[in-house]
Amino acid sequence: MLQVKDLKVSIDGKEILKGISLDVKPGEVHAIMGPNGSGKSTLSHVLTGREGYDVTSGSVSYLGKDLLDMEPEERAREGIFLAFQYPVEIPGVNNMYFLKAAVNARRVHQGMEELDALDFMDSLKEKMALLKMDDSFLKRGVNEGFSGGEKKRNEILQMAMLEPKLALLDETDSGLDIDALQICSDGVNSLRNKERGFVVITHYQRLLDYIVPDFVHVLADGRIVKSGGKDLALELEEKGYGWIEGIDAA
Amino acid sequence: MNAVALTEYYRSALAGRELPGAGLAWLSDRRSKAFAAFQGFPTTRDEDWKYTKVAAIEKRLFQFVPGMCIGLDEDDIEQYLIPGLDSYRLVFVNGQYMPMLSSKRSEQPQGFTVASLSLVLSEQPEAVESVLGTIADPSDNGFAALNSAEMADGACVILPAGQVADKPIQILYLTTAGGDDIVAQPRNLFIAGDNAQATIFETYASMGDSTYLTNAVTEVSLGANAGLNHYKCQTESGKSYHVSMTQVDQARDSRFNSHLVSLGAMLARHDLNSVFNGEGGECVLDGLYVTDGRQHCDIHSRVDHVQPHCRSDEKFKGVLGGRSRAVFNGKVYVHVDAQKTDASQHNANLLLSKDAEIDTKPQLEIYADDVKCAHGATVGQLDETAVFYLRSRGLDNEAARSLLTYAFVGEMVDRIPLAEYQQVVRGHVLARLPGGDMIRALM
Amino acid sequence: MVSSTDHLDSLVTQEYKHGFVTDIESEIIPPGLSEDVIRLISAKKDEPQWMLEWRLNSYRHWLTMKEPNWAKLEIEPIDYQSISYYAAPKNPDDAPKSLDEVDPKLLETYEKLGIPLEERAALAGVAVDAVFDSVSVATTFKDKLYDVGVIFCSFSDALKEHPELVKEYLGTVVPTGDNFFAALNAAVFSDGSFVYIPKGVRCPMELSTYFRINASNTGQFERTLIIADEDAYVSYLEGCTAPMRDENQLHAAVVELIVQKGASIKYSTVQNWYPGDENGVGGIYNFVTKRAECRGDNSKVSWTQVETGSAITWKYPSCVLKGDNSSGEFYSVALTNLKQQADTGTKMIHIGKNTSSNIVSKGISAGRGQNAYRGLVKITKGAEGARNYTQCDSLLMGDKCGAHTFPYIEVLNPTAQVEHEATTSKISEDQMYYCRQRGLSAEDAVSMIVNGFCKEVLKELPMEFAVEAQKLLGLSLEGSVG
Repeated sequence: MLQVKDLKVSIDGKEILKGISLDVKPGEVHAIMGPNGSGKSTLSHVLTGREGYDVTSGSVSYLGKDLLDMEPEERAREGIFLAFQYPVEIPGVNNMYFLKAAVNARRVHQGMEELDALDFMDSLKEKMALLKMDDSFLKRGVNEGFSGGEKKRNEILQMAMLEPKLALLDETDSGLDIDALQICSDGVNSLRNKERGFVVITHYQRLLDYIVPDFVHVLADGRIVKSGGKDLALELEEKGYGWIEGIDAA
Repeated sequence: MNAVALTEYYRSALAGRELPGAGLAWLSDRRSKAFAAFQGFPTTRDEDWKYTKVAAIEKRLFQFVPGMCIGLDEDDIEQYLIPGLDSYRLVFVNGQYMPMLSSKRSEQPQGFTVASLSLVLSEQPEAVESVLGTIADPSDNGFAALNSAEMADGACVILPAGQVADKPIQILYLTTAGGDDIVAQPRNLFIAGDNAQATIFETYASMGDSTYLTNAVTEVSLGANAGLNHYKCQTESGKSYHVSMTQVDQARDSRFNSHLVSLGAMLARHDLNSVFNGEGGECVLDGLYVTDGRQHCDIHSRVDHVQPHCRSDEKFKGVLGGRSRAVFNGKVYVHVDAQKTDASQHNANLLLSKDAEIDTKPQLEIYADDVKCAHGATVGQLDETAVFYLRSRGLDNEAARSLLTYAFVGEMVDRIPLAEYQQVVRGHVLARLPGGDMIRALM
Repeated sequence: MVSSTDHLDSLVTQEYKHGFVTDIESEIIPPGLSEDVIRLISAKKDEPQWMLEWRLNSYRHWLTMKEPNWAKLEIEPIDYQSISYYAAPKNPDDAPKSLDEVDPKLLETYEKLGIPLEERAALAGVAVDAVFDSVSVATTFKDKLYDVGVIFCSFSDALKEHPELVKEYLGTVVPTGDNFFAALNAAVFSDGSFVYIPKGVRCPMELSTYFRINASNTGQFERTLIIADEDAYVSYLEGCTAPMRDENQLHAAVVELIVQKGASIKYSTVQNWYPGDENGVGGIYNFVTKRAECRGDNSKVSWTQVETGSAITWKYPSCVLKGDNSSGEFYSVALTNLKQQADTGTKMIHIGKNTSSNIVSKGISAGRGQNAYRGLVKITKGAEGARNYTQCDSLLMGDKCGAHTFPYIEVLNPTAQVEHEATTSKISEDQMYYCRQRGLSAEDAVSMIVNGFCKEVLKELPMEFAVEAQKLLGLSLEGSVG
C-alpha cells in the first residue's frame, strides 16, 4: 500500500534522508529504529505532508497514487494517520468537537454520510473505555494541559476513531511509564488487522516487546542500514546504536 | 558569629569526623571543594534569600553527633510510616542510618539498589562516582556547601536501565526528643537509568520538640525515558529548622513528578530545581504549605528549560495563620533553544489572619520565541459570602471557616494519586487547620 | 459609515421626521473647527441654549488639552482643521451607483458572511432606494418598546422629546474634560443613541443599532447615553457584523452608561471598520471613550467587545463601581492583522463595598499587527471586600506581530482580592499541520483555533451576534497562516 522509492529529503539545503526505500503491504507492521537525528521524524513528516521539507528525488506511492502530490488534509482523508511525537495543544478547541470534525471530514471525502451525534458518541465512549480515559477528556481542549502520557493516549484514541488505512506512530512510547505504555500498545494491537498497515517509529526497543513488528529497519544518518525481523530489535538493544554506526562506516 | 569564625567552627567539627569513603580521592576532592565554597550562611542581601532570615541558625552552633545511642524499635517508628504501604524502607535517626529499623538485607530488592549512601560508598562507590556531588551545586548557598562537605549518609536508590521498581521506596528521617542543637545532613542520591521507573517517599518528622537543624540535599539523575515520582512530607518540630535542596537532572523523555508538603519547623526552606537536558522531558512540581504562629516557610523553585519540547507544571497552595510568613519564589527559565516549551506556574494563598504575610513571586524568564508559558499568583482571605452561606445553613462560624479553608488546600491533597499516602497527608493537614477535627468527623 | 447608510438613514427619517434630513443634504459646512462652527451645528440641530453652552465649554477645554501619546501607538498626525464637522454627510452623488462599482473584495466578504443581497447594497453604501423595509422594522420595534415605557431614539430626538433626561445625565459619567477625544466629542458630536429603561422594566428585546438604521449613521462623533433606572435591565448591541464602507478617518465616540440600584446593562460591540491595507494606508482611527457608572447597590454592567476592524483602536470600556455589591465585567476579543494597532482594555474602579469585577481579554495578533491590553484595577480605600479577577491571553500568528500586556493594579484596601493571570501563545505551524493531518482544511483549522481561543468571550455575545463574530474572526485572519 505504501511504496517509498529512493526518497531523498533536505531541509534548508541539508540532506536529511539520503535515499530511503520502504514497502509496506496491508496488514504489516514495520518498525523503524534509530538514534537521535537519524531522520526518523523527518520520514513521518514527509509522508504526511508537513511543510518545510524539500524532496530532492525519489517517489512515494500510496494505494497507487502519488502521495507527494497531495495536501496534508487530503492524505489524512485518504486514510493516513500520524500519531505525533509531540502532540499539539489547541487551547479552547474541545476535544470531542475536534475529533468529530476530523471524522466527518474523512467520511465526507470517502463518500460516506456524516456520523450523527449519537453514533459518534457511542463509538467514542467505547474506544475511550479501551484506553482507560475518563469522560473529562471530552470536555477539555485538544491536548490542553494534558500530561505527556495523556497526550499520547489521546493520539491513540484519535487513531481508533479515524480508522486509518495506514498508521504512522512517531515515538508514541517516548515519555510513557510502563502502565501507560501497556494501555497504548493494547490500543494499537486492537487495531491490527489484515488491511491496516503500520509504521512504528521508536527510539526505544522496549516498545517492540508490546507491539511486535513483522519487520524492523534501522535508520542511521538518513539511510536504512539494516532490515530484518523482530530479532533485529533485540540485537540492537543488546549491542547499542554504536553497533549500527559501525555498519554505517563499513 | 562572623563568617570566618563560623567557617572555622564547622571546619573543626568536620575534621573530627570519620566520613565514609574517606579513602576515595574523587570523594575527598569533592568534599573539600564544597567546603571551600562555604562562605557562611546566606543573608537577606542575597536575592534568593531576600525574605528568609537565617540568622537564628547562624547563632546556634549545631553539632554532628555521631554514634548517639538510640534504642528505638519498630513500635516507636510505626506512627511515622505510611500505613499499609508495602515498601522498601530506609530509616535515619538524627541523621544516621538505622539498619535495624530499615528493610532487612533479605528483603532487599532484586536488580536494583535501595541502601544507605554510606553503605554504597563502602561497597560499590563506582556506582555513584559519576553522579554524587555533580548535580547539586555546593556554591549555590552555604547550606548546600555544608551538606556537600560532609556527604556522609542518606538514602541511595540506583535503578539500572529498564528497571521498574516493584514496590515504592519509603525513607523516614526522624529526630529524637532531647536532640537539641544537633544537625542532621541527609545526602540523598536517586539514579534512574534509561526507561527505569520508581516511586519514592521522603518523610521528615520529630519525636519531640527539640531545636535542631535538618540540612538535606537530594540529587536526582533521570536517564532517557525514566520516571520518578517523588513525595516529600515535612512535619518537623515547631522549634526546628529545615533547609533542603532537591536538584534534578533530566534526560530526554524523562518524567519527574514531585509533591511537597511542608507543615512543620519554625523555619523551613525548600529549594526544588530541575534541569531539562534532553527533549521531551516533563516535570510536575505540586505542593502545599500550612503555617501558623511564627512559622516561616519558603518555597524556592527553578526549572531550566534548556532543550525544546519539555513541559513543566508547578502549583503550590498555602494557608497562613497567626503571625506566620510564607515565601514562594518560582522561576521558569526558558533558554534560547528551548522552543515549544510548555511551562506553567501557579501559587495561591489563603491568609487566615491579618498579621500573616506572604511574599510571592512567580517569574518567567524567556529567551525562546515559540513557547507557551503561563503564571499566576493569588492572595486572598476566606470568602465571607460563602462563610455566611454556610452559617445560614446552620454551621457555626468556626466550622464554616474550617470547611472553606480545607476546601482551598484540599485540592493539593487530592492530587496525590496513592490513596494510603493521601490519607496520611490529609491527616497532617487537618491536624494543623483550625477545626480540623470537625472536618475529619465529616469525612 | 457616513456615506454608507446616511442615505438609507435619510429615507427612514423622512417618513417620520421633517425638514431635518433635507436640510443637511443641502448644507455643506467647510472643514475646520471654531466656536462658530459649533454654534452652527447647534443651531442646525435646533438645540436648546444649555446644550450649546455645554458644547462650547467642552470646546474651550479641548483647546487647552494635548493629544495623548502614552499608548504604544503609531499615529499619523491628525489635522483637526481639515475635518468637516457636523457629520458632513457625503453627497449621495459620490456614492457608488450600483454593486458593480463596489470593491469586489468587500462584496466577497458579505457573501461569505451570508448577508442577504439587499443588505449588502445598503452596507456598501450604494445610493439606491432602500430595498428592504427598514421603516416597518423600525416602527413596529418602536411601538413595542413604547408599550413598556422604554425610550429608544436618536440623540437628537431625545434632546427634543426628553430634554430633562438628557440634561440630567449627559456628561455625568464621562465629564466633558475627561480626555482629549471625549472633549472633542462633547464639542462637536453629531448624533447617537439614547436609551432610557424605566424602573423595574426588563427591556423585552435586544436593542440594536443595526436595526435602528437611523442611528447607525452617526458619523465620526457618536454619542450614546443609556440609563437603566432601578431594577431595570437592557441588552444593547452596537455595531454591525459586516465591514462597513467608510471614508472617515477619525472616529471619536463617547458612550455613557448609568446603572441605578439593582439595574443591569449588557453592552455588546462588534467593530469591524475598514482596517486599512497591509501597509497601514487608510483605515479608521477608532478612539472611543466608554464608561459605565454603577450608581446604585447591586447594580451590574457587562461590556463585551469584538474588535476586528480599524487601523487603530484605542478604547477602554470602564466601570465605576460606586454602589455596594455592584459588579463590572469586561469581555474582549481584539484582533489585529495587516498593520492594525489596538490598545484596548478596561478600567475597573472599585468604590463601593463588596464590589466585584471580572476581566477576560483575548488579543490576537497576526500580520504586522500590534495588540496591547492595558487595564487598570483600582481598589479605593473604602472598597471593603472588593474582588477582581483578570485573565489576559494573547495569541500570536507569525513573527512580525506583537502582543503586549500592561496591567495596572492599585490596591488601597487590604481586604481586596485581586487576581491576574496572563498567557501568551502562538498559533503555530505545528497546530496547523496537526489539524490538517487529521483531515481538516487550513481555513477550518484557523477558524477552529481562533474561535477556541476566544470561546470565553464569544459565549457572552447574544447568539446571532456570536455566530457572525465567529465568521468574522475567520475572515479577518484569512491568509495569515498556512
